[in-house]
Amino acid sequence: MTPPLVDLEALAARVPDGATVALPPDNSLCPVALAAALIRRGARDLHLVGVPVSGFATDLLIGAGCVARLTTSAVTLGEAGFAPRFTAAMKAGSLPVTDATCPAVHTALQAAEKGVPFLPLRGLIGSDLVASRRDWRVIDNPFSATPDPIVLVPALSPDIALIHAAAADRAGNVWVGRRRELATIAHASKSTLVTVERIVDGDLTEDERMAPGVIGALYVSAVAVAERGAWPLGLLDLYGADQAAIDAYARAARTEEGFRAWLAAHVLTPAARAAE
Amino acid sequence: MSAIAPEERLVAAIADLIAAPHPHPVRHAAVGAASPIPAHAVLLARHRGADIRLSLLQKRIGNPFTEGTRELFDLAGQGRIDLFFLGGAQIDGSANINLLGTGRPPGSAARLPGNFGAPFMYLTVPRTILFREEHSPRVLVPRVDYVSAPGVSPPGVFRRGHAQALVTGRCVFAFDAARARFALASLHPGETREGVRAATGFDYDEPEHVPATRGPSDDDLAALRGPIRAALEDTYPNFCARVFGAKAA
Repeated sequence: MTPPLVDLEALAARVPDGATVALPPDNSLCPVALAAALIRRGARDLHLVGVPVSGFATDLLIGAGCVARLTTSAVTLGEAGFAPRFTAAMKAGSLPVTDATCPAVHTALQAAEKGVPFLPLRGLIGSDLVASRRDWRVIDNPFSATPDPIVLVPALSPDIALIHAAAADRAGNVWVGRRRELATIAHASKSTLVTVERIVDGDLTEDERMAPGVIGALYVSAVAVAERGAWPLGLLDLYGADQAAIDAYARAARTEEGFRAWLAAHVLTPAARAAE
Repeated sequence: MSAIAPEERLVAAIADLIAAPHPHPVRHAAVGAASPIPAHAVLLARHRGADIRLSLLQKRIGNPFTEGTRELFDLAGQGRIDLFFLGGAQIDGSANINLLGTGRPPGSAARLPGNFGAPFMYLTVPRTILFREEHSPRVLVPRVDYVSAPGVSPPGVFRRGHAQALVTGRCVFAFDAARARFALASLHPGETREGVRAATGFDYDEPEHVPATRGPSDDDLAALRGPIRAALEDTYPNFCARVFGAKAA
């Protein structure tokens, strides 16, 4: 079945309230335009999973009241500093967070893509994180002759992965380039919704140069075109981050009023953004 | 050479640590987004003759990894990264670090971004240099409010190495993992033993002789301001502009 090509708002409508939604970090094909469409549709009670950390899109969704719960290894706007709406929500005590660590998030998704219930991971022992994660286990390595405690991380299969990729073909194959950990997110998730910069002719899986960076259509539920759909973040080598815009957001969103004004200018009136 | 910037002194101090005798020689160092000073230090150590590969995690064009950031952790898990840099909102006298939040419960005073990969990297990478420019009792505490990653581990817990040292804006501390304790190793220009003691919340050893932190040589400065800056400008534009001044036309 070929994934349908739909418009951005229709793509956002495919994310039900309450879904567990995996999002890539700011430097790795983060679907900001799709997050904005989720805000416009009034999404509620999402459980966001930062793979492995969270940034701009997560801060937007938290500020707009779309998020009931967050699982992540960190929330940051990089050079622009702390994520303001995340920080405000934590201060207000209004956002339950399940803390993680980057390699554990990757490992949990890799377990899901293999269809196994858990995978072991080195390190972590002695971190307060282990005690706080009641879903993790520490066992004695059964293959070691001497005592060797090791952490087991259960498989994580998000309901929906959201990705902004460089291109898709008409068959629904999606090109993510070198960011191949995105393929792991797609493989592990029950469905994947993708925005792309453009639709290309031909079949990406028939091009040996492109195929290694492709997520196969088999994993993709629907595609929408969103030009500059990562803005103000960057996208591979196609465009860099708009640091001035990110800095301006970081300043504005320190207050609820400033955040609302930013949403009004950049999210709730998409035509305003298209003109930028 | 124009005046030496404080950042250039820190770069030189870290480059000295990288080259210092150690059971785990550095062949491959990885450096993240928030670490321009460590990145410059690795390249300065290389300029001085060390044969080190530097993997810049945030490099946009020509990033060394083709499996995303997952590859960093897979490499570290295998022991194929020799040196990593970590900081902390809090660092205590046993080299425990806290990246998650302060207060009790953790995060009640200030919630910070989170653990990132620290709980994994601190145990899987054989050498860690702790780096935090702010040297105050607020940061260098008797006991962290939350252990993102432990400074030492009990026998039998898998661990390839420990912190080699802690570099701050005032001094360098060496870390003795067997005793889980820091010792003052050198003082940056203008700093005194008393001043460092007053600004440090944890207890540490103080040898009779504490040298001054060796600064960068003229050759170091020329390399930092020339080829090393050129190699890192794209990854750390704000840092390069601030420390080295506007780019030559």
